[in-house]
Amino acid sequence: MAVLGRIHSFESFGAVDGPGIRYVVFFQGCPLRCIYCHNPDTWSPEGGREYTAEEIVERILPYRPFLRGGGVTLTGGEPLLQSEFVCELIRALHVHDLHVAVDTAGSIPLDKCAAAVDEADMLLLDIKALDEKLCRMICGNSGIHAKELLYYCEKKHKPVWLRHVVVPDYTLNFDRLRALANFLRTFNCIERVELLPFHQMGSYKWEAARKQYALRDKRTPDAEEMDKARQIFRSAGLQVQ
Amino acid sequence: MNVINVRRFIQENYTPYDGDGTFLAGPTERTTKLWDEVMDLMRQERDAGGVLDFDTKIISDITSHAAGYIDKDLEQIVGLQTDKPLKRSIMPFGGIRVVRTSVEEHGGKLDPEVEKIFKYRKTHNDGVFDVYTDEIKTARSNKLLTGLPDAYGRGRIIGDYRRVALYGVDLLIEEKKKAIQQYVHYDMSDDLLRKREELSEQIRALGELKEMAASYGFDISKPAQDTKEAIQWLYFGYLAAIKEQNGAAMSLGRTSTFLDIYAERDLKSGKYTESEIQEMVDHFIMKLRMVRFLRTRQYDTLFSGDPTWVTEAMAGMGMDGRHMVTKMTFRYLHTLINLGPAPEPNMTVLWSERLPENFKKYAAEISIKTSAIQYENDDLMRPDLGDDYGIACCVSPMRIGKQMQYFGARANLAKALMYAINGGRDELTGEQVTAKYEAITSEYLDFDEVKEKFEVMMRHLAKVYMNALYCIHYMHDKYDYERIEMALMDEDMKRTTACGIAGLSVVADSLSAIKYAKVRPVRDESGLAVDFEIDGDFPKYGNNDDRVDELAQWAVSYFMDALRQQQTYRRSIPTQSVLTITSNVVYGKSTGSTPDGRKKGVPLAPGANPMHGRDTNGALASLSSVAKIPFEDAQDGISYTFTIVPQALGKTPEDQKRNLVTLIDAYTIKQGHHINVNVLNRETLKDAMEHPENYPQLTIRVSGYAVNFVKLSREQQLDVISRTFHEKF
Repeated sequence: MAVLGRIHSFESFGAVDGPGIRYVVFFQGCPLRCIYCHNPDTWSPEGGREYTAEEIVERILPYRPFLRGGGVTLTGGEPLLQSEFVCELIRALHVHDLHVAVDTAGSIPLDKCAAAVDEADMLLLDIKALDEKLCRMICGNSGIHAKELLYYCEKKHKPVWLRHVVVPDYTLNFDRLRALANFLRTFNCIERVELLPFHQMGSYKWEAARKQYALRDKRTPDAEEMDKARQIFRSAGLQVQ
Repeated sequence: MNVINVRRFIQENYTPYDGDGTFLAGPTERTTKLWDEVMDLMRQERDAGGVLDFDTKIISDITSHAAGYIDKDLEQIVGLQTDKPLKRSIMPFGGIRVVRTSVEEHGGKLDPEVEKIFKYRKTHNDGVFDVYTDEIKTARSNKLLTGLPDAYGRGRIIGDYRRVALYGVDLLIEEKKKAIQQYVHYDMSDDLLRKREELSEQIRALGELKEMAASYGFDISKPAQDTKEAIQWLYFGYLAAIKEQNGAAMSLGRTSTFLDIYAERDLKSGKYTESEIQEMVDHFIMKLRMVRFLRTRQYDTLFSGDPTWVTEAMAGMGMDGRHMVTKMTFRYLHTLINLGPAPEPNMTVLWSERLPENFKKYAAEISIKTSAIQYENDDLMRPDLGDDYGIACCVSPMRIGKQMQYFGARANLAKALMYAINGGRDELTGEQVTAKYEAITSEYLDFDEVKEKFEVMMRHLAKVYMNALYCIHYMHDKYDYERIEMALMDEDMKRTTACGIAGLSVVADSLSAIKYAKVRPVRDESGLAVDFEIDGDFPKYGNNDDRVDELAQWAVSYFMDALRQQQTYRRSIPTQSVLTITSNVVYGKSTGSTPDGRKKGVPLAPGANPMHGRDTNGALASLSSVAKIPFEDAQDGISYTFTIVPQALGKTPEDQKRNLVTLIDAYTIKQGHHINVNVLNRETLKDAMEHPENYPQLTIRVSGYAVNFVKLSREQQLDVISRTFHEKF
């Protein structure tokens, strides 16, 4: 019997989750509880709906002309929580020459997700924080698996777009950002670093879910701060967006 | 062989350009100074409530006004509609009442002499109302048919203004004189006499064109000799048209690649530099931005923002496989940088997947910066229309100089659906608009019954509609004939009657609700269904769901078939568009609650767009639903407006450009016909509503044209802001 994937939703047009225009598949379920999560409705492993890989491929195929130079991005939630299904879905998409990116926070132990990572054409890897304590404060996890995953990508020459969310009072700290840049500069697999300024656009979802939103009154970093942060990574020889 | 053949001249002489925009020149000192003066006039116009100055005495025609200038020493291309910039003329042949109303609404009074003339001179409007049937009048007063050109100039006719430059006026007169000789060896008939009279009028108009040019010190009897003359001659042709007609849409045609031939020659010979040529183009475009017509408030609510539809089509592919992008194509778009964004001229890129990448990227870049470009699918139109067609108004394709249309505004298909449910009675007025037939009385609406009655209603509507257009265009030809535009076209033309529909998404979603959910009409004491209760969910148009998209396709094709069965004026070919311009707000206001859950008075979606907020699967799903509407049954165009916030289009400017190119490429491959591209933030628009003075040039594309956002009525502004912005990032 075919493996089923539990999917939260689909978005036909994504232009900021990997190269080009991308069809975005949001997986249901995530082990992390990031304080700034903009999709808290994908946390529970219960919601969403189950699909076979073929059903999803069928949904995507009509959009193929739009996805030239782009492809499909699997995000969530944490797609690698459903690694077996991710493997199957990527294989099915590859039959149609669709490029597949997996957007992950690297919260899954490598032995459970390596096969899926091998299938993916690239990873969008979100490093929450280098410092384990801070990382735990942000997402409830030490971030150790994310680092393992990055080393694995380096070994496998798997292209990575590294993402890092910049939140005032947490990660908006130039010493910490310098430390992160120094760590990342040693990886050849990192093609691009994307520094994402924290924004309030997910707050309505927290309200809808009646969850306490710790960052409800948190300000967003200003342009100057973001420029300075980007400059730190650029100085480390990284390609920064 | 026909002497007049602009296409052949272009094909034999143009130079396709594959490069990028780095050759382009910035504005000259003269340009900056002149544009500042124009901007200042435009600010004064805005401050004066939208109209700076207008005539009350002189009836406008080709030679009615003395030469007018903005700043004679600076202007490289000259010619104004009246003796002063932005001064609006009166053109009463479409209807004296409309002219009187607009003059009075702006605080003036029509000169008694003019009033007197029109005591004796009948207008188009008088003629139409002499012959309209009661049935047509009722359909009109109940807004089943709206915006019909029965009191104003019909427009949407494109003279081949290039002919003036290429041949000079004398040769054009000679050719028309020869043409008139063709119509002698027949028995007299209405058709023959009409033809002879029209040709005589055309010859007279050409003479006046020469006279008008002479008043500016130019002899245009002979062909233009260089770039500057070519632009000037061509513009004189166009200027004559807008002095004679205040048609709803006065489009320019397809002029850039034609003019590039002169520019290439002058660049090679060293006669002009790139900067000098760009200056001429900038000054020409400035003139096109200053086209003005005096219109009524009622007209403004329908077509908001003072549009003139000086539509210029560019790029596209040639029949021989060469693309038709030239340096001049770049120069035209570059005016949006040199002079800043503007809604006019209505820059229309005829898109093909095979256009050179450099040009595609350049157009995308200008789109992202200015939101002033619309794209239409050349691969879809070229097979039928060849490689020398242009766009009239928003989306109506026609071969330049060889084809014209009888503009038919549009019918409100959402209302027709309501009539099907209510036995032909209007849901707002209660009036019996169509012949009486059985209303639906069941507790819940039954899909098959509604569909069958809707078919009857569409057939009835097609008949009334086409009859109305017959009356209108018969009278327009008789009392308000476009002399100079026709003089710049062939004698034997392809003619279409361009019908249109509004409310497509409401029709599709309503039928879907009836089919897939349970819809219970709420009836008033007279039995009229005035509201609906919907139980359950249903597929909605705009999500690439065939269950409902097929209902939209069916409605378009069914109504087109019904139109094809009608008799048309001058044996024209019926076509239709799915286009509302900004009238979707007015149509919505006059349409009761509909079975899709839309409440009474709420605006319809513009053009072929899904209803606001109902397209929940992202932009590609929305684009795909629209692309399924069959162009063969809507050959007058299918308008789709796409609005996206810049951040959602990609992270870097380079990503944004590339993604926009891919998007338009794919929409073209999917057979989509037209797409307006807006790249802007909702916050910008909100701020512009509060502080219009800070946004004099903020341009936004609405259904098929672009407007200065600050010139829209508040109601229209709110409608624009409420529409779907693709903003996930």
